[in-house]
Amino acid sequence: MKRLANILALVSGAVLAAGLPAHAQQPRSGGELVFPVPSEPPSYDGHREETFGLIHPFAPFYNTLLRVDPFDKGGTKPAPSIAESWTASPDGLVYTFKLRKGVKFHDGSEMTSKDVKASYDKIIFPPQGVGSTRKGQYAIVESVEAPDAYTVRFKLKSPSGSFIASLLSPYNFIYKADILAKDMHWYETNIMGTGPFTFVEHVKGSHVVGKKFAGYWDKGMPYLDGFRAIFMRDSAAQVAAVRGERAHIQFRSFTPKDRDNLKAALGDKITVQESPWDCILMVGFNHEKKPFGDKRVRRALTLALDRHTGSKALSQIAIVKAVAGVQVPGTPFATPPEELNKLAGYWTDAAKSRAEAKRLLKEAGVPEGFSFTFSNRGLPMPYEPLGVWMIDQWRQIGLNVKQNVIEARAYFGVIRKGDAEVFMDFQCGYIVEPDLDMYKFLSSDRNPANYGRYKDPVLDDLYDKQSRATNLEERKKLIRTFEKRLLDEEVHYMMTLQWHRIVPHSSKVKGWTITPSHYLNNTLDTVWLTQ
Amino acid sequence: MAVIPQTVDALTSATEPREGWRAAVGDFILQRPLGAAGAAIILLMVALAASADVLAPFDPLTTDYGAMLSAPGPGHWLGTDAFGRDVLSRIVYGSRTALMVGLGASLIGAVFGALIGVGSAYFGGRVDLVVQRVMDVFFAFPVIILALAVVAILGTGVGNVILAIATPMVPRCARVVRASALAVRETPYVDAARAAGFGHGRIILRHMLPNVMAPLLIMATAFLGEAILLESSLSFLGLGVQEPTAAWGLMLRGAAVEFAESAPWMAFFPGLAISLAVFGFNLFGDSLRDALDPRLRTQ
Repeated sequence: MKRLANILALVSGAVLAAGLPAHAQQPRSGGELVFPVPSEPPSYDGHREETFGLIHPFAPFYNTLLRVDPFDKGGTKPAPSIAESWTASPDGLVYTFKLRKGVKFHDGSEMTSKDVKASYDKIIFPPQGVGSTRKGQYAIVESVEAPDAYTVRFKLKSPSGSFIASLLSPYNFIYKADILAKDMHWYETNIMGTGPFTFVEHVKGSHVVGKKFAGYWDKGMPYLDGFRAIFMRDSAAQVAAVRGERAHIQFRSFTPKDRDNLKAALGDKITVQESPWDCILMVGFNHEKKPFGDKRVRRALTLALDRHTGSKALSQIAIVKAVAGVQVPGTPFATPPEELNKLAGYWTDAAKSRAEAKRLLKEAGVPEGFSFTFSNRGLPMPYEPLGVWMIDQWRQIGLNVKQNVIEARAYFGVIRKGDAEVFMDFQCGYIVEPDLDMYKFLSSDRNPANYGRYKDPVLDDLYDKQSRATNLEERKKLIRTFEKRLLDEEVHYMMTLQWHRIVPHSSKVKGWTITPSHYLNNTLDTVWLTQ
Repeated sequence: MAVIPQTVDALTSATEPREGWRAAVGDFILQRPLGAAGAAIILLMVALAASADVLAPFDPLTTDYGAMLSAPGPGHWLGTDAFGRDVLSRIVYGSRTALMVGLGASLIGAVFGALIGVGSAYFGGRVDLVVQRVMDVFFAFPVIILALAVVAILGTGVGNVILAIATPMVPRCARVVRASALAVRETPYVDAARAAGFGHGRIILRHMLPNVMAPLLIMATAFLGEAILLESSLSFLGLGVQEPTAAWGLMLRGAAVEFAESAPWMAFFPGLAISLAVFGFNLFGDSLRDALDPRLRTQ
């Protein structure tokens, strides 16, 4: 009987353990996480840089005011970090953050509101000669105040629906005020934060090493003894490193084929996490070039795409999958599929869609066999497969499209000049947030990165209204109207397919959850290794 | 005075006894079977290119997502690529691209190389010195590097690829042609043409150039194979012909690399086509050189 009871206890224990989410299993301390990083940053200053090459190896050395909940697959849920709580005034103009006590910098000094204020002043109001890439996102902030050592207050010029989300930026490292007071450029070449790991070394072109910070404010964290980030540009080498169990994980993404190969080679030793990715390639139309100033022609070009079939086919060979509008599918502001499918180019009946496209081209006076050049960026994945797919789709409505592939580094310089007729454009966000994701489409006099060279005051107004809306449902409605105007009525731009993030990693890695952004969830405090 | 040019022209044209072309072809096949095999491969390639519309079972650009990465079989003899495009059809149409680029680059390289080489030899002195030093600069770069540089400046596309491949060929052709032209320059009929008061252009084009045609033809033939290989290399690197154009080098990149293990036909058959074409042109070029080189002929 006792034996039977033991067996039952073991079985039920195993069943329970299998049923628990990874982060709910008992974490184990120790071990070094090894991961390849495909890019290396120009400097260490998060306020200035905009590459994941900075985030992946250097985010573990820092904390931010707030963070995205590390277990939220949607990557949008705010969670405390060094601010343990926050409140907004009834008029939405003042946000007050209460900071944790006992947060230490790696030099042993205590972090207070003075440091948060100095860091955000550097981000939002950088002095002359100090780079701050994302200061435009905080244009709504009037001032940052530190009324006492553990309180920080942000005063806004007007209410904002996206202010809290903007504070989730993984780039907004909290720096030490005294250091910034002496030298605003110090953090470009030095590392010293409050994060779960302390900096050991960075050998340029080779690796970054971090070790557990014993004085970390979150007791018991981090679980890892340290990490080693290895700079490795070649994707085949990254895959080989994971396959050879010399690396545990690559946090950006692998291709579907890499995933399949790793799974076939390593079986249960590999765990695959996938998510729609907050990156998308869009097609821009130069409104100053005939006939692309005519919205009937633009609408015909989007109607030509059979996105639903394309999604099924291309997801087998490229890092794209979901059919999407202006928001990542599955996230709070995304349009549900049944509603999205009413937009031009999203119809499920491809034949009907193409018949309408042909009719529109005829009506616009575009002859059968009309030829134009599609400019694409010289990067293999996923620019190349998407380019081939779209050219084929356009051929099916009688258009003759030549592809002009421009070297990757020179690409945006060429597009900016306005010589391209129809071109591939790109957007990738560090968090899914309508303000960030839709800014790209504002009129060219408001956004110089609008290479379509159009002005649409109605669209601009809708953007401003949704940005100020603090009511979730009202904001959703405004975003839908914006999306319909952008993609269906005016077709200033057209979406291809949402990128799809695939992270096959060693099954030894626990406590890490994929999100739609490869910039998020890299503090590594919750990550642990089973052995 | 009108007698002299006739005499000069007669001299240039009466250097070889004339025979029927059938006899010449027959002799070539019998004496140089490897060259004949090369010629057969070239002829096959030309035939494929010329009748691609008839021979190719599918449109090379049409995708079929239901047949992605299909193995060779009755439906698609050489399989399909990652977009479901028929590999055989893309190879057949790709021969057009290969020949167009090869012939275009060879023609441009040979014409400009010949003009520069003959001109340099004819004028001699400082002109020759300067021209040859410029050629030395071009020689300092490996062929592929020079082609890459030209593509980087001009951009991708068939026209630019032809120019990119022709550029490194010009100095090589010029150097070989100059060597022959130096000897031609000293011949009596060139002196006679000078004495008759002909302009430099006429002497170069009508009296010298026809007499360096043999090495020029050999160079051009050898270039053809090299140009096809170079076009494939540039396209493989993403700097040559662009999708969706059917081109052999292009068929080797992208998904062909990624799916090399599970769908080897995507890379194998275009690779085979490139190898055969280059092999054919090299065999034919070597045999042509042997046939036309007077030193080898006497041996």
